[in-house]
Amino acid sequence: MSATGTTTSRRFLVIGLLVALLVAGVGSFYASSHPDGLEYVAGRTGFLDTAEEDPVSTGSPFADYGTEGVDNERLSGGIAGVVGVLLTLLIGGGLFHVLGRRGGSEEYVDSPEPPVAARD
Amino acid sequence: MHVPDGFFNAPTSVATGAVAAVGVGVALRKARAELDDRTAPMAGLVAAFIFAGQMINFPVGAGTSGHLLGGALAAVLVGPWTGALCISVVLLVQALFMADGGLTALGTNITLMALVGGFVGYGVFRLVLLVLPRKVTSVPVAAAVGALVSVPAAATAFTLLFALGGTADVATGKVLAAMVGWHVVIGIGEAIVTGLVVSAVLTSRPDLVRGARGLASNRAPLITKETSA
Repeated sequence: MSATGTTTSRRFLVIGLLVALLVAGVGSFYASSHPDGLEYVAGRTGFLDTAEEDPVSTGSPFADYGTEGVDNERLSGGIAGVVGVLLTLLIGGGLFHVLGRRGGSEEYVDSPEPPVAARD
Repeated sequence: MHVPDGFFNAPTSVATGAVAAVGVGVALRKARAELDDRTAPMAGLVAAFIFAGQMINFPVGAGTSGHLLGGALAAVLVGPWTGALCISVVLLVQALFMADGGLTALGTNITLMALVGGFVGYGVFRLVLLVLPRKVTSVPVAAAVGALVSVPAAATAFTLLFALGGTADVATGKVLAAMVGWHVVIGIGEAIVTGLVVSAVLTSRPDLVRGARGLASNRAPLITKETSA
């Protein structure tokens, strides 16, 4: 591993996050609005109506990938997408950070390439 | 493939909830060995990326669409246990904040997409890697095949649950044929996206692809420039 590993990692993460935000915030507007495979099959074979009419609501303002109170369709979906990506990053990142700290140290011993994290 | 509230009866939802809880519990323990200071942020990014990818429904014909499930992709990038946790986090955010997938069906959705999709995808990936030449370029191909199989596998698991505890009285064979048929087609999209993303990460940071360990050279990241004829 090169000594630049740490900075490159940061750059990689930033670029990856930007791509995710672009896909969710902008790209999602152009996604197909057709029902997905399960919904289509449910409709065709006749069990779609067993879906709960009033599903348990969490009261989230981003239900169905829209933003409550925002009329512009592109903006409404875009905001919901960006919020979803950031929430996932926050929850996932936090969880993996905690798990990584507790478990990582034993792995270092027999790891063929010692991590460059020491450069922090 | 997000199951809404109501498709399955209560005992089935409770049972899949238990399966999901055990699966996530085991994954929480096993993922520690896959995670360190370098891979933990990558895993967070993988979850966020898959959330975004799941928003992009692509048409598959006859007024139907599909989207990335991401189980195989996550498993290849960050390891099967961490990957299962990535998908579980995505499903949790979707159920809690986006009303995508029922709250009472969260266990079902984790079982189908994080556990069945993820582990079938990863298992097939490993098997295909055994057959292919021991080269870095084999990794995206194996990942794509794993992804291709993972989607109809999850669809088959759905049908099995439907036969056991579906609230509607519809012939299982009919549901199975339609589910597997459409999800093979969706699996092709899954395979393309998975192969492309794995190959993109391999090009820039081969050391961040867990499924390529032992294949990706650990001293020369430039190896990706080689295109062996």
